Amino acid sequence: MYVVVVGGGKVGYHLAKALLQDGHEVLIIERDRARCEHLEAELGDIVLRGDGSEVVTMEKAGFNRADMVVAVTGDDEDNLVICQVAKAHFRVPRTVALVNDPKNAEIFHRLGIDHTVNATDAILAQIEQELPVHALIHLLSMRGGGLEMVEVRIPPQAAVVGRKLREVLLPQQSIVVLIIEEDGSPKAPDPDTVLRPGDKVMLVTRSENEEALREVFTRPPGYTSPYGPLTISR
Amino acid sequence: MKVVIMGCGRVGAELATQLDHQGHQVTVIDINPEAFRRLPMDFKGRKVVGNGVDQDVLRRVGVGEAQAFVAVTQGDNRNIMAAQMAKFIFGVPKALCRIYDPARQEIYRSLGLETVSPTRITVEMLLKALASEAEDKGGGGSCT
Repeated sequence: MYVVVVGGGKVGYHLAKALLQDGHEVLIIERDRARCEHLEAELGDIVLRGDGSEVVTMEKAGFNRADMVVAVTGDDEDNLVICQVAKAHFRVPRTVALVNDPKNAEIFHRLGIDHTVNATDAILAQIEQELPVHALIHLLSMRGGGLEMVEVRIPPQAAVVGRKLREVLLPQQSIVVLIIEEDGSPKAPDPDTVLRPGDKVMLVTRSENEEALREVFTRPPGYTSPYGPLTISR
Repeated sequence: MKVVIMGCGRVGAELATQLDHQGHQVTVIDINPEAFRRLPMDFKGRKVVGNGVDQDVLRRVGVGEAQAFVAVTQGDNRNIMAAQMAKFIFGVPKALCRIYDPARQEIYRSLGLETVSPTRITVEMLLKALASEAEDKGGGGSCT
């Protein structure tokens, strides 16, 4: 795959390095001369010096044959324009933009960017993973329809422990897609799958159901919830 | 009409001044408070220090209620992003942006953005002036 990385900062450098190791063809576009020299010394002759949001630079970089363009500069407006022009003018099949201001992720999606990466949210998710109080973790926001992929870890004292999946009453439009057991092995869920403490349950759900979902999987026995009953009575 | 102008450089300040004199309700945004010195003493519009590609800033100045938005900062990409936010996120009926780079201007015009490229306009005027000069066989030096 031919991948053009625009922005040769830390993110661009490590990304290019990883892609090269995976056997991809990579080109980095970077504006700063000293940075270019450093990148070339480290990664070899895969650096083009220039303004990656200039159409002339994009032509030189071979955007028209790129399978993917990844814009990881420090300026959101540049990342947006690079991806939009790549898509609209050069017909690049996939574009990924780094979002420096997390608020811009939603705007980028609405303005046609395929995929955004957001360092702040990634770190937040990591922190959430470290904190047992945050039983529900966002994995992915899906475009359109307000759907999210979330992960819930089942605490040892939860009322759902020992229940079969078919007995658990989920909020509307929520589907369990995968269960990862405590030892890390994945399990395709079926209605007879028994929930165990430490299981990570991955679900697709609507954003507004998050709180209800968290309750379903983490609430202790005997707790009356505003979200209604926990299980379908047997 | 309510107009929000992003960028208080020469063009932004002059545009704001003229619209203000015509009696429009003008808000000027610039990241640098120093830039507002370009506005005349009797400017009646609102001056807001902030980054126009920040949706919170746009919301705070009430861009959603504006009839027009004009992005004239020095950065092409900043203008492009702000104008798209005004038009497609906040639903401003008329969103204009200046794009120096003619290639990018062409692309964004085809994507439905109302754009002005000073580079293209200046080149066209210069070419016209040169052509009329040639007709005069190098004499006179009359410029329109």
